[in-house]
Amino acid sequence: MAAAQVLRSEWTKLRSVNSTALTLGLAIVVSIGLGMLISALVNNDFKKMSVADRLSFDPTFVSFSGLTLGQLAMVVFGVLVVASEYSTGMIRTSLAAVPQRGTFLFSKITVATLLALAASLVTSFAAFLLGQVMLGDHSTTLGAPNVLRAVFGAAVYMTLMAVFSMGMAAILRSPMLSLGILMPFFFLVSPILGSVSATKKVAQYFPDRAGQKMMQVVTPPNDVAHYGPWGGLGILLAWVAAALVIGYALLKNRDA
Amino acid sequence: MIELDGLTKRFGTKTAVDHLTFSVRPGIITGFLGPNGAGKTTTMRMVLGLDNPTSGSVLIDGKRYDQLKDPLTYIGALLDAKAMHGGRSAYNHLLCLAQSNGIPKARVTEVLDTVGLTAVARKKAKGFSLGMGQRLGIAGALLGDPRILMFDEPVNGLDPEGIHWIRNLMKSLAAAGRTVFVSSHLMSEMALTADHLVVIGQGRLLADTSMADFIRNNSRSYVRLRSPQRERLLDVLHEAGITVVETGSGALEVDGGSAEQLGELAASHHLTLHELSPQQASLEEAFMRLTAESVEYHAHSDPHRTLEPGQAAEPHRAAEPHQAAAPESQPWGSSWQQKNRKGA
Repeated sequence: MAAAQVLRSEWTKLRSVNSTALTLGLAIVVSIGLGMLISALVNNDFKKMSVADRLSFDPTFVSFSGLTLGQLAMVVFGVLVVASEYSTGMIRTSLAAVPQRGTFLFSKITVATLLALAASLVTSFAAFLLGQVMLGDHSTTLGAPNVLRAVFGAAVYMTLMAVFSMGMAAILRSPMLSLGILMPFFFLVSPILGSVSATKKVAQYFPDRAGQKMMQVVTPPNDVAHYGPWGGLGILLAWVAAALVIGYALLKNRDA
Repeated sequence: MIELDGLTKRFGTKTAVDHLTFSVRPGIITGFLGPNGAGKTTTMRMVLGLDNPTSGSVLIDGKRYDQLKDPLTYIGALLDAKAMHGGRSAYNHLLCLAQSNGIPKARVTEVLDTVGLTAVARKKAKGFSLGMGQRLGIAGALLGDPRILMFDEPVNGLDPEGIHWIRNLMKSLAAAGRTVFVSSHLMSEMALTADHLVVIGQGRLLADTSMADFIRNNSRSYVRLRSPQRERLLDVLHEAGITVVETGSGALEVDGGSAEQLGELAASHHLTLHELSPQQASLEEAFMRLTAESVEYHAHSDPHRTLEPGQAAEPHRAAEPHQAAAPESQPWGSSWQQKNRKGA
Protein backbone atom coordinates (compact mmCIF):
# COMPACT_ATOMS: atom_id res chain seq x y z
CA MET A 1 0.00 0.00 0.00
CA ALA A 2 1.26 3.42 -0.98
CA ALA A 3 0.81 5.21 2.36
CA ALA A 4 2.76 2.49 4.18
CA GLN A 5 5.62 2.94 1.72
CA VAL A 6 5.67 6.68 2.29
CA LEU A 7 5.54 6.26 6.09
CA ARG A 8 8.56 3.95 5.91
CA SER A 9 10.37 6.41 3.66
CA GLU A 10 9.67 9.32 6.02
CA TRP A 11 10.95 7.28 8.95
CA THR A 12 14.20 6.69 7.05
CA LYS A 13 14.46 10.41 6.35
CA LEU A 14 13.86 11.25 10.01
CA ARG A 15 16.35 8.81 11.48
CA SER A 16 19.10 9.54 8.94
CA VAL A 17 19.78 13.16 9.88
CA ASN A 18 21.62 14.37 12.97
CA SER A 19 19.17 17.14 13.74
CA THR A 20 16.52 14.62 14.88
CA ALA A 21 18.58 13.13 17.70
CA LEU A 22 20.10 16.52 18.50
CA THR A 23 16.86 18.47 18.91
CA LEU A 24 14.93 15.70 20.70
CA GLY A 25 17.92 14.93 22.92
CA LEU A 26 18.23 18.58 23.82
CA ALA A 27 14.48 18.79 24.59
CA ILE A 28 14.75 15.84 26.97
CA VAL A 29 17.95 16.91 28.72
CA VAL A 30 17.02 20.58 29.12
CA SER A 31 13.48 19.83 30.35
CA ILE A 32 14.62 17.31 32.93
CA GLY A 33 17.77 19.16 34.03
CA LEU A 34 16.16 22.56 34.42
CA GLY A 35 13.11 20.97 36.09
CA MET A 36 15.33 19.28 38.65
CA LEU A 37 17.27 22.48 39.32
CA ILE A 38 14.15 24.59 39.85
CA SER A 39 12.53 21.88 42.00
CA ALA A 40 15.61 21.82 44.25
CA LEU A 41 15.62 25.61 44.55
CA VAL A 42 11.91 25.72 45.37
CA ASN A 43 12.38 23.03 48.01
CA ASN A 44 15.08 25.15 49.67
CA ASP A 45 13.01 28.32 49.60
CA PHE A 46 9.69 26.74 50.55
CA LYS A 47 9.75 28.23 54.06
CA LYS A 48 10.22 31.72 52.66
CA MET A 49 7.14 31.51 50.43
CA SER A 50 3.95 33.37 51.34
CA VAL A 51 1.01 31.47 52.79
CA ALA A 52 -1.02 32.00 49.62
CA ASP A 53 1.76 30.57 47.54
CA ARG A 54 2.09 27.60 49.88
CA LEU A 55 -1.62 26.91 49.67
CA SER A 56 -1.61 26.87 45.89
CA PHE A 57 1.69 25.00 45.69
CA ASP A 58 1.69 22.59 42.71
CA PRO A 59 4.65 20.18 43.01
CA THR A 60 3.74 18.55 39.65
CA PHE A 61 3.81 21.82 37.74
CA VAL A 62 7.06 22.88 39.46
CA SER A 63 8.78 19.73 38.23
CA PHE A 64 7.72 20.70 34.68
CA SER A 65 9.41 24.13 34.92
CA GLY A 66 12.14 22.98 32.54
CA LEU A 67 9.59 22.43 29.79
CA THR A 68 9.34 26.15 29.05
CA LEU A 69 12.88 25.95 27.72
CA GLY A 70 12.75 22.33 26.52
CA GLN A 71 9.70 23.05 24.40
CA LEU A 72 11.84 25.39 22.28
CA ALA A 73 13.95 22.40 21.21
CA MET A 74 10.69 20.62 20.30
CA VAL A 75 9.73 23.66 18.21
CA VAL A 76 13.08 23.47 16.42
CA PHE A 77 12.53 19.75 15.82
CA GLY A 78 9.09 20.36 14.33
CA VAL A 79 10.29 23.23 12.15
CA LEU A 80 13.32 21.35 10.81
CA VAL A 81 11.37 18.19 9.98
CA VAL A 82 9.28 20.11 7.45
CA ALA A 83 11.28 23.22 6.51
CA SER A 84 14.57 21.42 5.86
CA GLU A 85 12.86 19.89 2.82
CA TYR A 86 12.65 23.40 1.42
CA SER A 87 15.97 24.81 2.61
CA THR A 88 17.91 21.86 1.16
CA GLY A 89 15.94 21.54 -2.10
CA MET A 90 15.00 17.98 -1.12
CA ILE A 91 11.33 18.92 -1.57
CA ARG A 92 11.67 18.67 -5.37
CA THR A 93 13.07 15.16 -5.11
CA SER A 94 10.51 14.21 -2.46
CA LEU A 95 7.50 15.42 -4.45
CA ALA A 96 8.81 13.76 -7.62
CA ALA A 97 8.88 10.50 -5.65
CA VAL A 98 5.52 11.11 -3.94
CA PRO A 99 3.41 13.46 -6.07
CA GLN A 100 0.37 12.98 -3.80
CA ARG A 101 1.19 16.00 -1.68
CA GLY A 102 -1.29 15.22 1.09
CA THR A 103 0.14 11.71 1.50
CA PHE A 104 3.63 13.19 1.55
CA LEU A 105 2.92 15.88 4.16
CA PHE A 106 0.77 13.84 6.50
CA SER A 107 3.04 10.78 6.38
CA LYS A 108 5.93 13.01 7.35
CA ILE A 109 3.95 14.64 10.15
CA THR A 110 2.58 11.30 11.42
CA VAL A 111 6.03 9.76 11.73
CA ALA A 112 7.55 12.88 13.30
CA THR A 113 4.60 13.20 15.72
CA LEU A 114 4.93 9.62 16.92
CA LEU A 115 8.64 10.12 17.52
CA ALA A 116 8.00 13.43 19.28
CA LEU A 117 5.36 11.74 21.47
CA ALA A 118 7.82 9.02 22.49
CA ALA A 119 10.44 11.63 23.39
CA SER A 120 7.82 13.72 25.22
CA LEU A 121 6.62 10.78 27.31
CA VAL A 122 10.19 10.07 28.38
CA THR A 123 10.60 13.76 29.18
CA SER A 124 7.43 14.23 31.18
CA PHE A 125 7.75 11.09 33.29
CA ALA A 126 11.46 11.60 33.94
CA ALA A 127 10.98 15.30 34.70
CA PHE A 128 8.15 14.49 37.10
CA LEU A 129 9.84 11.65 38.93
CA LEU A 130 13.25 13.32 39.22
CA GLY A 131 11.61 16.64 40.09
CA GLN A 132 9.72 15.02 42.97
CA VAL A 133 13.01 13.58 44.28
CA MET A 134 14.41 17.13 44.35
CA LEU A 135 11.28 18.51 46.07
CA GLY A 136 11.84 16.14 48.99
CA ASP A 137 9.17 16.69 51.68
CA HIS A 138 7.03 18.84 49.41
CA SER A 139 6.71 16.27 46.64
CA THR A 140 3.64 14.44 45.38
CA THR A 141 3.13 11.03 43.76
CA LEU A 142 1.69 9.70 40.50
CA GLY A 143 -1.17 8.22 42.51
CA ALA A 144 -2.34 11.59 43.86
CA PRO A 145 -5.51 13.05 42.27
CA ASN A 146 -5.02 14.50 38.74
CA VAL A 147 -1.25 14.00 38.81
CA LEU A 148 -1.12 11.23 36.20
CA ARG A 149 -3.37 13.32 33.95
CA ALA A 150 -0.95 16.24 34.31
CA VAL A 151 2.08 14.08 33.49
CA PHE A 152 0.43 12.75 30.33
CA GLY A 153 -0.77 16.29 29.70
CA ALA A 154 2.82 17.53 29.70
CA ALA A 155 3.78 14.89 27.13
CA VAL A 156 0.82 15.75 24.92
CA TYR A 157 1.61 19.44 25.31
CA MET A 158 5.21 19.05 24.12
CA THR A 159 4.16 16.80 21.24
CA LEU A 160 1.47 19.21 20.05
CA MET A 161 3.91 22.13 20.21
CA ALA A 162 6.12 20.17 17.80
CA VAL A 163 3.16 19.41 15.51
CA PHE A 164 2.07 23.05 15.56
CA SER A 165 5.61 23.98 14.50
CA MET A 166 5.43 21.46 11.65
CA GLY A 167 2.25 23.09 10.40
CA MET A 168 3.77 26.57 10.68
CA ALA A 169 6.86 25.38 8.81
CA ALA A 170 4.64 23.96 6.04
CA ILE A 171 3.07 27.42 5.73
CA LEU A 172 6.28 29.46 5.93
CA ARG A 173 8.68 26.97 4.24
CA SER A 174 11.84 28.70 5.44
CA PRO A 175 13.41 27.34 8.64
CA MET A 176 14.89 30.75 9.51
CA LEU A 177 11.57 32.53 9.09
CA SER A 178 9.67 29.84 11.01
CA LEU A 179 12.11 29.84 13.92
CA GLY A 180 12.35 33.62 13.80
CA ILE A 181 8.63 33.82 14.43
CA LEU A 182 8.02 30.86 16.74
CA MET A 183 11.00 31.13 19.10
CA PRO A 184 10.53 34.75 20.20
CA PHE A 185 6.79 34.19 20.34
CA PHE A 186 6.94 31.26 22.74
CA PHE A 187 9.97 32.47 24.67
CA LEU A 188 9.15 36.19 25.02
CA VAL A 189 5.86 37.43 23.58
CA SER A 190 3.54 34.83 25.06
CA PRO A 191 5.01 34.85 28.63
CA ILE A 192 5.07 38.66 28.71
CA LEU A 193 1.54 39.13 27.38
CA GLY A 194 0.42 36.32 29.68
CA SER A 195 1.60 38.11 32.81
CA VAL A 196 0.46 41.64 31.96
CA SER A 197 -3.07 42.06 33.26
CA ALA A 198 -4.25 44.09 30.29
CA THR A 199 -3.34 41.37 27.76
CA LYS A 200 -3.93 38.30 29.91
CA LYS A 201 -7.45 37.78 28.62
CA VAL A 202 -6.20 37.44 25.05
CA ALA A 203 -2.97 35.63 25.87
CA GLN A 204 -4.83 32.79 27.60
CA TYR A 205 -5.90 31.59 24.17
CA PHE A 206 -2.34 31.36 22.80
CA PRO A 207 -1.38 27.76 21.99
CA ASP A 208 1.28 27.47 24.68
CA ARG A 209 -0.74 29.19 27.43
CA ALA A 210 -3.76 27.02 26.71
CA GLY A 211 -1.72 23.83 26.43
CA GLN A 212 0.04 24.41 29.73
CA LYS A 213 -3.30 24.07 31.55
CA MET A 214 -2.98 20.34 30.85
CA MET A 215 0.04 20.03 33.12
CA GLN A 216 -1.39 21.87 36.13
CA VAL A 217 -2.82 19.99 39.07
CA VAL A 218 -3.62 23.08 41.16
CA THR A 219 -5.05 26.18 39.46
CA PRO A 220 -2.85 29.20 40.24
CA PRO A 221 -4.68 31.93 42.26
CA ASN A 222 -4.21 34.67 39.64
CA ASP A 223 -5.37 32.53 36.72
CA VAL A 224 -7.86 34.19 34.37
CA ALA A 225 -8.49 31.15 32.16
CA HIS A 226 -12.11 30.21 31.63
CA TYR A 227 -11.27 26.63 30.81
CA GLY A 228 -9.72 23.61 32.50
CA PRO A 229 -7.12 21.11 31.31
CA TRP A 230 -9.44 19.60 28.71
CA GLY A 231 -10.44 23.01 27.45
CA GLY A 232 -6.74 23.81 27.14
CA LEU A 233 -6.22 20.67 25.09
CA GLY A 234 -9.10 21.68 22.85
CA ILE A 235 -7.70 25.16 22.24
CA LEU A 236 -4.21 23.83 21.49
CA LEU A 237 -5.67 21.20 19.15
CA ALA A 238 -7.57 23.92 17.32
CA TRP A 239 -4.32 25.84 16.76
CA VAL A 240 -2.59 22.69 15.54
CA ALA A 241 -5.45 21.81 13.21
CA ALA A 242 -5.52 25.33 11.77
CA ALA A 243 -1.76 25.30 11.09
CA LEU A 244 -1.96 21.87 9.44
CA VAL A 245 -4.98 22.70 7.29
CA ILE A 246 -3.46 25.96 6.04
CA GLY A 247 -0.08 24.30 5.52
CA TYR A 248 -1.65 21.50 3.53
CA ALA A 249 -3.81 23.84 1.43
CA LEU A 250 -0.74 25.92 0.54
CA LEU A 251 1.41 22.88 -0.26
CA LYS A 252 -1.31 21.45 -2.45
CA ASN A 253 -1.65 24.53 -4.64
CA ARG A 254 1.79 26.07 -4.52
CA ASP A 255 4.56 25.42 -7.04
CA ALA A 256 7.20 23.41 -5.24
CA MET B 1 6.50 8.78 -24.09
CA ILE B 2 5.98 12.31 -22.80
CA GLU B 3 3.24 14.34 -24.50
CA LEU B 4 2.87 18.08 -24.06
CA ASP B 5 -0.32 19.67 -25.28
CA GLY B 6 -0.56 23.45 -25.28
CA LEU B 7 1.47 23.56 -22.10
CA THR B 8 1.58 27.10 -20.72
CA LYS B 9 3.00 28.60 -17.56
CA ARG B 10 2.72 32.22 -16.56
CA PHE B 11 4.41 33.83 -13.57
CA GLY B 12 2.49 37.05 -13.10
CA THR B 13 2.66 38.84 -16.43
CA LYS B 14 5.69 36.91 -17.63
CA THR B 15 4.98 33.88 -19.81
CA ALA B 16 7.68 31.31 -19.09
CA VAL B 17 6.22 28.55 -21.24
CA ASP B 18 3.93 29.43 -24.11
CA HIS B 19 1.64 26.79 -25.64
CA LEU B 20 4.23 24.09 -26.04
CA THR B 21 3.04 21.07 -27.97
CA PHE B 22 5.40 18.22 -28.77
CA SER B 23 6.09 14.62 -27.82
CA VAL B 24 9.21 12.93 -26.59
CA ARG B 25 9.37 9.63 -28.41
CA PRO B 26 10.63 6.39 -26.88
CA GLY B 27 13.95 4.75 -27.66
CA ILE B 28 15.86 7.87 -28.67
CA ILE B 29 17.63 10.80 -27.07
CA THR B 30 15.61 13.97 -27.49
CA GLY B 31 17.58 17.13 -26.96
CA PHE B 32 15.69 20.05 -25.43
CA LEU B 33 17.51 23.14 -26.49
CA GLY B 34 17.09 26.81 -25.77
CA PRO B 35 19.00 29.80 -24.52
CA ASN B 36 19.11 30.56 -20.79
CA GLY B 37 15.67 31.52 -19.53
CA ALA B 38 13.85 29.91 -22.46
CA GLY B 39 11.62 27.87 -20.15
CA LYS B 40 13.35 24.48 -20.29
CA THR B 41 13.50 23.94 -16.55
CA THR B 42 9.95 25.20 -16.01
CA THR B 43 8.74 22.76 -18.66
CA MET B 44 10.53 19.88 -16.97
CA ARG B 45 9.17 20.90 -13.58
CA MET B 46 5.66 20.75 -15.03
CA VAL B 47 6.35 17.27 -16.41
CA LEU B 48 7.08 16.18 -12.82
CA GLY B 49 4.06 17.99 -11.41
CA LEU B 50 6.24 20.32 -9.33
CA ASP B 51 4.77 23.39 -11.05
CA ASN B 52 1.11 23.54 -11.99
CA PRO B 53 0.54 24.55 -15.62
CA THR B 54 -1.48 27.71 -16.18
CA SER B 55 -3.15 25.87 -19.04
CA GLY B 56 -2.55 22.85 -21.23
CA SER B 57 -1.39 19.45 -20.08
CA VAL B 58 1.54 17.10 -19.99
CA LEU B 59 1.06 13.34 -19.91
CA ILE B 60 3.49 10.51 -19.22
CA ASP B 61 2.44 7.26 -20.87
CA GLY B 62 -1.03 8.78 -21.11
CA LYS B 63 -1.31 9.74 -17.44
CA ARG B 64 -0.80 12.86 -15.39
CA TYR B 65 2.30 12.63 -13.20
CA ASP B 66 0.34 12.46 -9.96
CA GLN B 67 -1.78 9.63 -11.36
CA LEU B 68 1.27 7.41 -11.76
CA LYS B 69 1.58 4.69 -9.15
CA ASP B 70 5.20 4.64 -7.94
CA PRO B 71 6.27 7.35 -10.41
CA LEU B 72 9.99 6.65 -10.05
CA THR B 73 9.41 3.37 -11.90
CA TYR B 74 7.98 5.27 -14.90
CA ILE B 75 10.21 8.29 -15.13
CA GLY B 76 13.48 9.19 -13.45
CA ALA B 77 14.59 12.78 -13.39
CA LEU B 78 17.60 14.85 -12.50
CA LEU B 79 16.57 18.47 -12.18
CA ASP B 80 19.39 19.85 -10.09
CA ALA B 81 22.31 18.20 -8.40
CA LYS B 82 21.61 19.76 -5.03
CA ALA B 83 18.00 18.67 -4.55
CA MET B 84 18.91 16.60 -1.51
CA HIS B 85 19.45 16.96 2.25
CA GLY B 86 23.17 17.53 2.76
CA GLY B 87 23.10 15.92 6.18
CA ARG B 88 21.92 12.58 4.84
CA SER B 89 24.28 9.94 3.48
CA ALA B 90 24.12 8.97 -0.18
CA TYR B 91 22.83 5.53 0.79
CA ASN B 92 20.05 6.86 3.03
CA HIS B 93 19.06 9.48 0.46
CA LEU B 94 18.48 6.74 -2.10
CA LEU B 95 16.94 4.41 0.49
CA CYS B 96 14.18 6.84 1.43
CA LEU B 97 13.39 7.39 -2.25
CA ALA B 98 13.35 3.64 -2.89
CA GLN B 99 11.05 2.95 0.07
CA SER B 100 8.56 5.59 -1.01
CA ASN B 101 8.13 3.82 -4.36
CA GLY B 102 8.32 0.22 -3.13
CA ILE B 103 11.71 -0.37 -4.75
CA PRO B 104 13.76 -3.14 -3.09
CA LYS B 105 16.74 -2.14 -0.93
CA ALA B 106 19.16 -4.13 -3.09
CA ARG B 107 18.54 -1.72 -5.94
CA VAL B 108 20.09 1.13 -3.89
CA THR B 109 23.45 -0.66 -3.75
CA GLU B 110 23.11 -1.47 -7.43
CA VAL B 111 22.63 2.13 -8.63
CA LEU B 112 25.35 3.40 -6.28
CA ASP B 113 27.64 0.99 -8.06
CA THR B 114 26.40 2.09 -11.51
CA VAL B 115 27.29 5.72 -10.83
CA GLY B 116 30.51 4.85 -9.04
CA LEU B 117 29.63 6.15 -5.57
CA THR B 118 29.90 2.88 -3.63
CA ALA B 119 33.02 4.06 -1.80
CA VAL B 120 31.28 7.17 -0.44
CA ALA B 121 27.83 5.62 0.06
CA ARG B 122 27.91 6.29 3.81
CA LYS B 123 29.29 9.81 3.49
CA LYS B 124 27.06 12.84 3.88
CA ALA B 125 25.97 14.46 0.64
CA LYS B 126 27.06 17.95 1.74
CA GLY B 127 30.70 16.91 1.37
CA PHE B 128 30.15 15.91 -2.26
CA SER B 129 31.60 17.81 -5.19
CA LEU B 130 29.25 19.03 -7.92
CA GLY B 131 30.17 16.01 -10.02
CA MET B 132 29.46 13.59 -7.18
CA GLY B 133 26.17 15.34 -6.41
CA GLN B 134 25.26 15.00 -10.08
CA ARG B 135 26.07 11.30 -9.96
CA LEU B 136 23.94 10.84 -6.85
CA GLY B 137 21.08 12.67 -8.57
CA ILE B 138 21.43 10.36 -11.56
CA ALA B 139 21.49 7.34 -9.24
CA GLY B 140 18.13 8.58 -7.92
CA ALA B 141 16.81 8.87 -11.47
CA LEU B 142 17.91 5.31 -12.33
CA LEU B 143 16.60 3.87 -9.04
CA GLY B 144 13.20 2.71 -10.27
CA ASP B 145 14.63 1.32 -13.53
CA PRO B 146 12.27 3.66 -15.42
CA ARG B 147 11.51 3.63 -19.15
CA ILE B 148 11.86 7.40 -19.35
CA LEU B 149 14.75 9.51 -18.12
CA MET B 150 14.81 13.26 -17.94
CA PHE B 151 17.95 15.30 -17.29
CA ASP B 152 18.11 19.08 -16.92
CA GLU B 153 21.48 20.45 -18.05
CA PRO B 154 23.31 17.38 -16.77
CA VAL B 155 26.76 18.45 -17.92
CA ASN B 156 26.63 21.94 -16.42
CA GLY B 157 29.70 22.58 -14.33
CA LEU B 158 31.19 19.14 -14.83
CA ASP B 159 34.78 18.39 -15.68
CA PRO B 160 35.58 16.73 -19.04
CA GLU B 161 35.63 13.28 -17.48
CA GLY B 162 32.19 13.80 -15.94
CA ILE B 163 30.80 15.15 -19.22
CA HIS B 164 32.15 12.15 -21.06
CA TRP B 165 30.59 9.81 -18.50
CA ILE B 166 27.15 11.42 -18.77
CA ARG B 167 27.24 11.39 -22.58
CA ASN B 168 28.03 7.68 -22.63
CA LEU B 169 25.43 6.96 -19.97
CA MET B 170 22.70 8.66 -22.01
CA LYS B 171 23.75 6.83 -25.14
CA SER B 172 23.71 3.48 -23.38
CA LEU B 173 20.30 4.22 -21.87
CA ALA B 174 18.87 5.06 -25.30
CA ALA B 175 20.56 2.01 -26.80
CA ALA B 176 18.73 -0.09 -24.22
CA GLY B 177 15.46 1.25 -25.64
CA ARG B 178 14.78 3.93 -23.04
CA THR B 179 13.42 7.38 -23.68
CA VAL B 180 15.93 10.07 -22.84
CA PHE B 181 14.89 13.72 -22.63
CA VAL B 182 17.79 16.00 -21.96
CA SER B 183 18.00 19.77 -21.87
CA SER B 184 20.96 21.94 -22.72
CA HIS B 185 21.79 25.43 -23.84
CA LEU B 186 24.78 24.15 -25.80
CA MET B 187 24.11 23.10 -29.38
CA SER B 188 27.52 21.45 -29.62
CA GLU B 189 26.64 19.20 -26.69
CA MET B 190 23.35 18.18 -28.31
CA ALA B 191 24.99 17.53 -31.68
CA LEU B 192 27.08 14.88 -29.97
CA THR B 193 24.29 13.10 -28.14
CA ALA B 194 20.78 13.81 -29.38
CA ASP B 195 18.86 12.02 -32.14
CA HIS B 196 15.97 14.41 -32.08
CA LEU B 197 15.83 18.09 -31.31
CA VAL B 198 13.23 20.31 -29.73
CA VAL B 199 14.24 23.97 -29.70
CA ILE B 200 12.42 26.60 -27.65
CA GLY B 201 12.93 30.30 -27.16
CA GLN B 202 10.99 32.52 -24.75
CA GLY B 203 8.81 29.54 -23.98
CA ARG B 204 7.73 29.03 -27.59
CA LEU B 205 8.45 26.07 -29.80
CA LEU B 206 10.94 27.04 -32.51
CA ALA B 207 11.81 23.66 -33.97
CA ASP B 208 10.85 20.02 -33.51
CA THR B 209 13.04 18.08 -35.90
CA SER B 210 15.42 15.20 -36.22
CA MET B 211 19.04 16.06 -35.57
CA ALA B 212 20.00 15.05 -39.13
CA ASP B 213 17.39 17.38 -40.67
CA PHE B 214 18.43 20.19 -38.40
CA ILE B 215 22.05 19.85 -39.46
CA ARG B 216 21.11 19.64 -43.14
CA ASN B 217 18.85 22.68 -43.03
CA ASN B 218 20.85 24.87 -40.77
CA SER B 219 24.48 24.43 -41.52
CA ARG B 220 25.23 27.35 -43.79
CA SER B 221 27.98 26.68 -46.30
CA TYR B 222 29.72 29.48 -48.12
CA VAL B 223 32.91 30.26 -50.01
CA ARG B 224 35.28 32.93 -48.81
CA LEU B 225 37.16 34.98 -51.37
CA ARG B 226 40.00 37.41 -50.87
CA SER B 227 41.47 39.40 -53.68
CA PRO B 228 43.70 42.48 -54.14
CA GLN B 229 41.29 43.48 -56.98
CA ARG B 230 38.32 43.51 -54.66
CA GLU B 231 36.17 46.03 -56.56
CA ARG B 232 36.58 44.27 -59.91
CA LEU B 233 35.81 40.94 -58.33
CA LEU B 234 32.62 42.40 -56.89
CA ASP B 235 31.59 43.64 -60.33
CA VAL B 236 32.30 40.31 -61.93
CA LEU B 237 30.34 38.42 -59.32
CA HIS B 238 27.51 40.90 -59.56
CA GLU B 239 27.34 40.53 -63.35
CA ALA B 240 27.20 36.76 -62.92
CA GLY B 241 24.20 37.25 -60.64
CA ILE B 242 25.98 35.97 -57.57
CA THR B 243 25.15 37.47 -54.19
CA VAL B 244 28.10 38.57 -52.16
CA VAL B 245 28.37 39.30 -48.49
CA GLU B 246 31.15 41.70 -47.57
CA THR B 247 32.75 41.11 -44.25
CA GLY B 248 34.49 43.74 -42.22
CA SER B 249 37.90 42.28 -42.85
CA GLY B 250 37.72 42.85 -46.61
CA ALA B 251 36.97 39.24 -47.50
CA LEU B 252 33.92 38.36 -49.59
CA GLU B 253 31.56 35.52 -48.83
CA VAL B 254 29.35 33.72 -51.33
CA ASP B 255 26.58 31.64 -49.85
CA GLY B 256 26.10 28.19 -51.30
CA GLY B 257 28.52 28.76 -54.17
CA SER B 258 31.06 26.19 -55.24
CA ALA B 259 34.76 27.01 -54.98
CA GLU B 260 35.42 25.49 -58.43
CA GLN B 261 32.87 27.69 -60.19
CA LEU B 262 34.05 30.84 -58.43
CA GLY B 263 37.71 30.06 -59.11
CA GLU B 264 37.04 29.52 -62.80
CA LEU B 265 35.00 32.72 -62.97
CA ALA B 266 37.86 34.69 -61.43
CA ALA B 267 40.40 33.04 -63.75
CA SER B 268 38.36 33.83 -66.87
CA HIS B 269 38.49 37.52 -65.87
CA HIS B 270 42.23 37.32 -64.99
CA LEU B 271 41.64 38.19 -61.37
CA THR B 272 44.18 37.36 -58.69
CA LEU B 273 42.79 35.52 -55.68
CA HIS B 274 44.60 35.40 -52.34
CA GLU B 275 42.01 33.14 -50.83
CA LEU B 276 39.36 30.80 -52.17
CA SER B 277 38.08 28.60 -49.40
CA PRO B 278 34.84 26.67 -48.81
CA GLN B 279 33.52 27.26 -45.28
CA GLN B 280 30.91 25.58 -43.13
CA ALA B 281 29.11 27.50 -40.40
CA SER B 282 28.85 25.68 -37.08
CA LEU B 283 25.62 24.30 -35.65
CA GLU B 284 26.11 26.71 -32.80
CA GLU B 285 25.65 29.54 -35.29
CA ALA B 286 22.57 27.87 -36.71
CA PHE B 287 21.13 27.56 -33.24
CA MET B 288 21.85 31.19 -32.51
CA ARG B 289 20.23 32.27 -35.74
CA LEU B 290 17.17 30.24 -34.85
CA THR B 291 16.84 31.62 -31.35
CA ALA B 292 18.15 35.10 -32.13
CA GLU B 293 14.82 36.82 -31.75
CA SER B 294 13.86 35.02 -28.62
CA VAL B 295 16.97 35.51 -26.59
CA GLU B 296 16.00 37.24 -23.41
CA TYR B 297 19.23 38.92 -22.48
CA HIS B 298 20.98 40.36 -25.52
CA ALA B 299 24.61 41.28 -25.63
CA HIS B 300 25.13 44.24 -27.95
CA SER B 301 26.01 43.16 -31.44
CA ASP B 302 28.23 45.14 -33.78
CA PRO B 303 26.20 47.91 -35.47
CA HIS B 304 28.88 48.79 -38.10
CA ARG B 305 28.08 46.19 -40.64
CA THR B 306 27.80 46.72 -44.35
CA LEU B 307 25.64 43.99 -45.79
CA GLU B 308 23.42 41.64 -43.89
CA PRO B 309 22.97 38.10 -45.17
CA GLY B 310 19.24 38.46 -44.64
CA GLN B 311 18.98 41.94 -46.13
CA ALA B 312 20.89 41.28 -49.36
CA ALA B 313 18.11 39.12 -50.68
CA GLU B 314 18.44 38.50 -54.39
CA PRO B 315 16.71 36.04 -56.73
CA HIS B 316 18.98 33.02 -56.52
CA ARG B 317 19.12 33.27 -52.77
CA ALA B 318 15.40 32.77 -52.47
CA ALA B 319 15.87 29.27 -53.88
CA GLU B 320 17.50 28.33 -50.60
CA PRO B 321 14.66 28.14 -48.12
CA HIS B 322 16.79 27.88 -45.01
CA GLN B 323 18.58 31.07 -45.86
CA ALA B 324 15.39 32.90 -46.68
CA ALA B 325 14.06 31.80 -43.33
CA ALA B 326 16.90 33.47 -41.50
CA PRO B 327 15.65 36.25 -39.24
CA GLU B 328 15.79 39.76 -40.64
CA SER B 329 17.20 41.27 -37.50
CA GLN B 330 20.81 41.08 -36.50
CA PRO B 331 21.59 37.72 -35.00
CA TRP B 332 23.14 38.09 -31.58
CA GLY B 333 26.69 36.95 -31.49
CA SER B 334 27.16 38.23 -35.04
CA SER B 335 30.21 40.14 -33.97
CA TRP B 336 31.95 37.00 -32.89
CA GLN B 337 30.75 35.24 -36.01
CA GLN B 338 32.76 37.76 -37.99
CA LYS B 339 35.69 37.42 -35.70
CA ASN B 340 35.43 33.70 -36.04
CA ARG B 341 35.47 33.84 -39.81
CA LYS B 342 38.35 36.24 -39.71
CA GLY B 343 40.32 33.95 -37.53
CA ALA B 344 39.46 30.75 -39.38
